[in-house]
Parts: sequence; C-alpha cells; structure tokens
Amino acid sequence: MATIEIDKVSKVYHGNVPAVSEVDISIADGEFIVLVGPSGCGKSTLLRMVAGLETISSGTVRIGGRVVNDVEPADRDIAMVFQNYALYPHMTVRENLAYGLKNRRTPKPEIEARVAEAARMLELGPYLDRKPRALSGGQRQRVAMGRAIVRQPSAFLFDEPLSNLDAKLRVSMRGEIKRLQRRVGTTSLYVTHDQLEAMTLADRLVVLSGGRIEQIGRPLDVYHAPASTFVASFIGSPAMNLVQGELHGSRLAIGPALIDLGKAVPTQGAVTVGFRAEDLQVAAPGGTAGHVGTMPLRVDYVEELGSQRLVHGTVGDQTVTVALGADAPLSGEMPVAVPIGRLHFFDAETGRRLAWSSVEAHRTTTAADLLEIAR
Amino acid sequence: MAMQASVTRPLEGSTMKRVQFSSPLLPYLFLAPQLAVIVIFFYWPSVRAIQSSFYLEDPFGFGSTFVGLDNYLGVLANPEYLAIARFTAIFTALVTFFSLALGLLLAVKADAVIRGNATYKTLLISVYAIAPPVAGLIGMMFFDQHIGPFVKIAAFFGWEMKVGLSYFDTAFAMVVIAVWKQIPYNFIFFLSGLQGLPASVREAAAIDCRSGIKRFWTVIFPLLAPTAFFLLIINVTYALFDTFGVIDVMVKDKAANNPITLVYKVYMDGFRGNDIGGSSAQSVILMIVVFVLTVLQFRFIERRIHYT
Repeated sequence: MATIEIDKVSKVYHGNVPAVSEVDISIADGEFIVLVGPSGCGKSTLLRMVAGLETISSGTVRIGGRVVNDVEPADRDIAMVFQNYALYPHMTVRENLAYGLKNRRTPKPEIEARVAEAARMLELGPYLDRKPRALSGGQRQRVAMGRAIVRQPSAFLFDEPLSNLDAKLRVSMRGEIKRLQRRVGTTSLYVTHDQLEAMTLADRLVVLSGGRIEQIGRPLDVYHAPASTFVASFIGSPAMNLVQGELHGSRLAIGPALIDLGKAVPTQGAVTVGFRAEDLQVAAPGGTAGHVGTMPLRVDYVEELGSQRLVHGTVGDQTVTVALGADAPLSGEMPVAVPIGRLHFFDAETGRRLAWSSVEAHRTTTAADLLEIAR
Repeated sequence: MAMQASVTRPLEGSTMKRVQFSSPLLPYLFLAPQLAVIVIFFYWPSVRAIQSSFYLEDPFGFGSTFVGLDNYLGVLANPEYLAIARFTAIFTALVTFFSLALGLLLAVKADAVIRGNATYKTLLISVYAIAPPVAGLIGMMFFDQHIGPFVKIAAFFGWEMKVGLSYFDTAFAMVVIAVWKQIPYNFIFFLSGLQGLPASVREAAAIDCRSGIKRFWTVIFPLLAPTAFFLLIINVTYALFDTFGVIDVMVKDKAANNPITLVYKVYMDGFRGNDIGGSSAQSVILMIVVFVLTVLQFRFIERRIHYT
C-alpha cells in the first residue's frame, strides 16, 4: 500500500522529441489510475519508468514517499502484469507464482500460504502443476495477475493486460481485475488504449496525447466535461461529434443551421462545437420547444447495433453521428434536435475547452456524486 | 543450419503445410541429389571402413586377408591407444566446456551492449571465418618459442612454455587454439538465442529477482537450454573430429611424444603407418563412441530441456 507521485517526469530518447514530457500525477493510496491514449502517446513509457524498466530522463518518481529514480525494479516493491503475460515458460504455475517470493527469501510456509490464497482467489487451483503452455490465454493472464498478487506489493502496474484476449474474455477479465483490486486495495496504475476499459476500471483517468497529459479526472467528469477536442474525440463511443461553428451573441451557426442558445455567450466568432451522438434526437415535427435548435441531417449510412441505431450523415459539409433508439424511424434527411445544455465549446485554434454553462458544471458534479454513492 | 532449426524450433515442423505432389516419384527425385551425396560420401565409406576393419591389408595393395576381430583386439590391447583415448576424453571435455562457457559469456555480455554492438559482434564472429589449419598456424604463432605473446606471458609468471616439446605444454596450446576457434560458433548461436527470448519475460524476471546472476541461472539459462543442448552435441563432435586440422598443424613432423586425439591416430596409422585394417577398426570404434555419446546426451539431458 503506497502513494505514487510522478513529478515533472520526462523521457527523451537521444536526439528525438520527448516521448513523455513533464508529466505530473499524484496517486492516492489504494487508488486505481488508468493511463489512456492512442499508441505512441507515451503511456507505456511512463508506466515502465515507474516500474524501473526505463530510465527517467528528468523529474522524480516517488513510491510510498521514497524517490525510486535510481532504484532497481526488484527493489521498488511493485508488481507488473504484462500484455503478453510474460510467464516463465519453463516453470509450473506454482513455481511462477512463488518465484518472486523465493527470491525475496520469504519463508516457505508463508510462500505456500500466499500461493494457495492467490490460487483460490483466481480459481487457479487445478492448474498449479501445469506449465503455462498448457493454459488458455485467460488462464495465463490470471496466473500473471496471481504472480502480482502473491507479492503483496505497494503497487500494481498493468501494461495493457487484456489486449491479447478475445472480446468476451476481455469483458469478464476486466470485471475480475476491478473486483480483485477492490479486494486487496492495492494502488494500481493501468495502461490501456481502450477507452471503454479506462472508463470502467478507473477511479481517475489520465488521458495522454503526444507525451503530455490532456486531462486527469474521474471517468464521468472526463466524459461530461472533456478538457480538449482530443479528449472529447477519444473518450466515449461513438466519438463525440466535433463540428466547426460560429458564435454571434446568443446564436450559434453550424453550417446551414442556426441555433438559439437562449443566453449570451462570452466567446464570439469561430469555435469547435462538440455534442455526443446519444444527446441528439430527431426533432418532433411541428417545430422545437425550449432552447432546442435543429440541424438538417443528410443520412449517409446507418449502423445497426441491436440496441441502438447509429445514423451517420452530414450537416452542411461536416460529418455528424446520431445514436437513435433501435426502432427509430429513418428517412433520407431529418431534422436533428440539439439539446442546448449538452453542447461543448472548444477553442477553434487550440482545441481547449471554453467555459460556458453553469448548468453543465452542476450536472457533472451530480453525476460524479452519484458515482461515489454507487461505490 | 537445418539441424539447428529443427532443434531449437521443433514446433515449427508440426505447423508446416503439407505439399501435394502430382507424381509420387517427384519427392524422391527432389531428394535424390542429397541422398546421393550422403550415400557416396558417408554410407559407402562407412561400410568400407567396417568391412576393411575385419581384414589385414597388404600395405602395398597386394590383396588382403580376413582376420576377424584381430584388428579390434590389437587396438584395444595397445597401451598407447588407451593413453590417446584418455587424452581424447580429457581434450574433448575441456574444449567443449570452455568453448561453450566462453561463447555463452561473450554472448551475454555482447547482448547487454547497447552502443556499437554490431562492431563487437563482427569482431567476435570473424574468427569463425578462419579455416582450422590456418587457425592452427595462427595459434602456433601465439605459442611460438621466440615471438609468441602467450609464451612471453607464461614466462612472466615463471612458466617456461615449450610447445611442441613438452607434452603438457603442447596439450595446453592445443586446447586453447581449439577453444578459440570454436567460440565464435557458439557465440553466434547463444546470441541469437538470447535475442530470441521475449523481452517481457526478462523484464518480469528483473522485477521478481534482484540478483542478475541468479536471474540468469533461473530464467535465462533454462530458456536457452535448447540452444545449449544443440551446441553441446555439435561441440563434442567438433572436439572429436574437426580439431584434426589444428592438431595436424601443431604436431606434424614434430619428433617429440606429442598429444594427439583418436581421429589423428586413425589418420597416422592409416596413411602414415599404412595399417588400413587397424585404422579402420579404430574409426569404427570412434563411430560407436560418438553414437553412444549422442544417445546418452539425448536420453539424459534432452528430457530436462524445456522447448518453448
């Protein structure tokens, strides 16, 4: 059990642009932090620097208050779960689990007790005397997790542990990881490129892009108030619609559509407007009520997901996706209602979020509180 | 190389695709050149050797007499032959052990080098390109009485080295040169074996085990075992047979009682002594020894190897 402080940490491979630049993350004891971003964003490099598998170019990493920059991986009191499991192929499951403890001179009865406990927790009992090659992918991943658990380390580091599993297994293992982490209460740092995995597992998300932090926050906060167009397009599926708009007083122009926001906006001129596909609705015939504007959507194609219909089309010359109910009526061109309270505005140049509505801030706090209560 | 592939990657064979031939004779036709080479240059001489080991051949080619097992009994009763056999055993053990150990050590060190590793590798591998007799000549220069640096180093420690005159000194030089010649071969295989290990397994071991040496023996070496086993067999064969060139350069035309191995004795008796029958009997014995050794290695070492 320990805190992890990542303080202005950078990684520069000689002569190149930094892979990670000046990242600050402070992880509380027992917290589950997910580093998420597209490939090449530096998330794995950051994790490996915490593990001690990569040197730290500048900045400091503290685990449990101790600076570990020059500490060997084995002395950092961390355990890591790798994407391709990294089990020792010549050892049985039992030997794999015991290896790290044996090297730390844990007394034999203690090792046996911990291995038995981990095997029970992960339902590995029947496989203890098998070699890894005789196990399925999911079982191997459980052994890899068992190897981390028996060590009872200060922190777990997960490097895309579910990427090699098939979709169904990934969902069940995701639940298992969450359940185990809750149970043992160990501080965890988890790397993934899958935003769904990030949303479901994290206490707090760290969205990375180009080696920099785009946003840190609780999953629903990040979902409801993305700090930039990058985060907006990365978190959530389908991705948030981002279109170019024009603000004049309290009016917003998106292509041919003109929407009345109902109150003056401090920013004027060109902006990037974001709205989620599921916040859009087909406007009822006979006009709109309240502060809802409509946009004419020309439908290109429809994806049937069973529970939902994803309608892809264009407004003016900009692509927009609308998520509709499974039995929503379709036509070639339909008016789409935009719920004013759920619009996001971003600077057209920098892509940073622009403050706009107090309603929105209130709503996200509520959502976050609900999440807290749910726990 | 084909043998290497089948030893370190035995699983690949099982996943190979089956090829259908239009005529059942076609695959034999494809195999024919290889089979012809094996039969003409391997089986035929072997059969001839076994056959002539039961005969007493006239040195000048005027016929031969069947003598049964006399050649074998003569060889095995000869104390000189037994002394050479003893030396061969020691020589083979030393050459195999040191060339494997040093090859592995250099491979592990070269694998850890990050900058300029291509240069290191090329320098270490280049020795392999030298033919055995040339290696013997270069080695003899190292141990030359007047200009040899090794002789000078030995003299510095008070060891008056007389290669070619002293039995022990010649044996020492022979082992050093034979090992030196074989190191690059082992180095190449160990290095490629090391680089074939999954990086994440080594990283997991780095997290699980503080001591690099312990990590090597508990994780890395067991994973290298298939390569090491293959090299063990190859090195034993090398020490027994392929050191002929080196030995020939070192002891040829030297009057003194110098150490030689069994294969050199076969050559001496057959081509210098013109005792074809005795020489054939010796080569048959050697063949049996190697066969038994290989069977033993497969039986007792291979079963402990984990193929990934």
